[in-house]
Amino acid sequence: MRPTAAFTPLLALALAATTLTACGGGSGSGPDTVKVSFKQSTDNSVKVMDTYLADVKKQFEKAHPGKKVELVPIKAPDSEYYTKLQQMLRSPKTAPDLVYEDTFLINSDITSGYLKPLDPYLAKWPDWNRFIDTAKAAAKGEDGKTYGVPDGTDTRGLWFSKDIFARAGLPADWQPKTWKDVLTAARTIKQKVPGVIPLNVYTGKPVGEAATMQTFEMLLYGTNDGLTDPLYDKASKKWIAGGQGFEDALGFVETVYQEKLGPDVSDALDPNVMTRVRGEWLPKGRLGIALDGSWLPQDWLPGSGHEWPEWSEELGLAAMPTQHGQAPGEVSMSGGWTWSIPAKAGNPDLAFAFIKTMQTKANAQKWYVANSGIAVREDVARDPEYVTAQPGIKFFTDLVRHTHYRPAYPAYPKVSTAIQEAMEGVTTGDMSVDEATSTYVDALQDATDNQVVER
Amino acid sequence: MTTTAPHTDLGKTSGPTAPRRPPRRPGSLVRALPLTPAVVLLLLFLAGPIAYCVYIAFTDLQLTGQAQDSFVGFENFTRAFGDEAFLNAVWLTLVFTVLSSLVGQNTLGLALAALMRRASKPVRTLTGGIVVTAWVLPEVVAGFLLYAFFRREGTLNAVLDQLHLPAQNWLFTLPILAVSFANVWRGTAFSMLVYSAALNEIPKEITEAAEVDGAGGWRRLWHITLPMIRRSIGTNLMLNTLQTLSVFGLIWVMTRGGPGGRSQTLPLFMYEQAFQNSLIGYGTAVALLLLLVGSLFSLVYLRLLRTEV
Repeated sequence: MRPTAAFTPLLALALAATTLTACGGGSGSGPDTVKVSFKQSTDNSVKVMDTYLADVKKQFEKAHPGKKVELVPIKAPDSEYYTKLQQMLRSPKTAPDLVYEDTFLINSDITSGYLKPLDPYLAKWPDWNRFIDTAKAAAKGEDGKTYGVPDGTDTRGLWFSKDIFARAGLPADWQPKTWKDVLTAARTIKQKVPGVIPLNVYTGKPVGEAATMQTFEMLLYGTNDGLTDPLYDKASKKWIAGGQGFEDALGFVETVYQEKLGPDVSDALDPNVMTRVRGEWLPKGRLGIALDGSWLPQDWLPGSGHEWPEWSEELGLAAMPTQHGQAPGEVSMSGGWTWSIPAKAGNPDLAFAFIKTMQTKANAQKWYVANSGIAVREDVARDPEYVTAQPGIKFFTDLVRHTHYRPAYPAYPKVSTAIQEAMEGVTTGDMSVDEATSTYVDALQDATDNQVVER
Repeated sequence: MTTTAPHTDLGKTSGPTAPRRPPRRPGSLVRALPLTPAVVLLLLFLAGPIAYCVYIAFTDLQLTGQAQDSFVGFENFTRAFGDEAFLNAVWLTLVFTVLSSLVGQNTLGLALAALMRRASKPVRTLTGGIVVTAWVLPEVVAGFLLYAFFRREGTLNAVLDQLHLPAQNWLFTLPILAVSFANVWRGTAFSMLVYSAALNEIPKEITEAAEVDGAGGWRRLWHITLPMIRRSIGTNLMLNTLQTLSVFGLIWVMTRGGPGGRSQTLPLFMYEQAFQNSLIGYGTAVALLLLLVGSLFSLVYLRLLRTEV
């Protein structure tokens, strides 16, 4: 045996040891550096967030001499971004000082203990009073504390093709008062304008959360008094099992697909249908009415690949009505993202100082416009410069008055999947509304550990 | 870092004879020393994570939405067998594997290999080129190509229209068949290459002798060709099956497991549970069950291979 032979295993051990520990070499940011992680667009030509954050970073470093901002982009589609972020939040070695959180999952992360309550900071920050109440609630945990500062929101409504409406003899300033009005318009289009899709409502698992939020909840939250949550009972902290409103909302989806007022079922359940609505059906005048989100024009801006500068002349906008026209008369759902501070962050104070810089009136306004977002600061919402920055902004900002946030508690993603399955059942005709509802109730009990209440 | 290929006891896939190894002498411990680094690395980077996975499968670990995870024993497994969606996924995985791997890739690969032996060189090059191209395409690209082929306004329906046959949305009506076909389209090249090599190993004299004795094509195939390439069949089936069991991207791109879970095989089910519902523990348990399915297939093949001709 050569004397060097013994070195090999030793070397290997040393090598392995160093490789393994290098993975957790600490975040390496000193007390003067704030690490900000954010979701970078998977589309290389979209640099909206990068540009904005670089600008804020410059302002911040100027105002806080000796402090540094380190931007940590995570380039991934939404679902993978959540996964990556959650893994970073698990350890103090990898946790950034500031993270960008989707309201869809924020309550899950709060329950996991990943985030820090911001109440002490917010109490000393006068600008917080400028935020709209519904938006403040977006990042509230079940414990009543606030865990994030929203950087804008989105709303949803009805987009309709003025050309198709004219051919069907429907008014150009259409504003339905009830669900029935929406269906009547769709039936009229089906009858008078053959060859177009009268109404698109997303449905089923292939489109995921879009089916739950853009369609089902837009219906469900218009079935009651507009004040109480029809999906989750905050008082007893339980999920609501079915009920009349739930069945009516499913019934609406069933009507659309069984009467063939929507796209062909196979198209509706195609995972790429969202791309087709925005890129093909609406711009090419093949779709009468679309129940969809405020962000659509993003896709029609210059440089998007399917520019459509005329959209604001060719499309009309209408608020989604409540079921029977009961007060408040219109309904919208809102999501959006918030800036939050991880529980394991090294420099929480500095991180909040950075939030304050990002959320000055001027910076917030710059961001809403750049991102096709809806203002959550009331002073920006009133600013004429913001209101006229893009067509449609005023319409969708006004919807914030009557908007609802999802009860995005930890079980929500599973509840959402159960809703999508029920929708898919009535869409394909595999299930009646009753069957789909009872299947949903079973799935709900499973998803929420029986935290279910009958209504 | 290099990994060593997993050593399977499939016997040799080439040549009927090979030199026998000399028996190991004592004192070979010293000679095993150079292997230590590789073994240590394997333990660290392969066995470690696998052991951790096995542990996770017995916990209720979630990626998010829980304050504390705990050990739950076999709960994830009992839950799986009571879960209709899981049983549906198992069934679809079997359908997908049998259709696309056992029947599709295997038979088609053998047929192509056999036909190409008799073809002229340009035909052989062209066919081989096309088949191998399908194989080397990235999975996502292949997925999109076949999505475009099967969708309602797709190529297949355009062809059927020309022939005045009824068109339909294949991804909606027969999703599992569509993705199985896609997998055959993409994976046949591998079988073709394995079988081409195996057929070249058959001594010409034997086939000629059989021909002289008056054996027809089918009889030659059944009594000579197949027994002689039995080992390759086994190896190919095993590799094919294991590859097919873990196909994810192709199905994800084409159907996302839909509509209504009608093409949701186990890998897609796993992904949904672990990353869309954040149930890491449950997803990992399902992964272990998938491993079990794979090893069952492997065992069957190994049994088939054991009997000597």
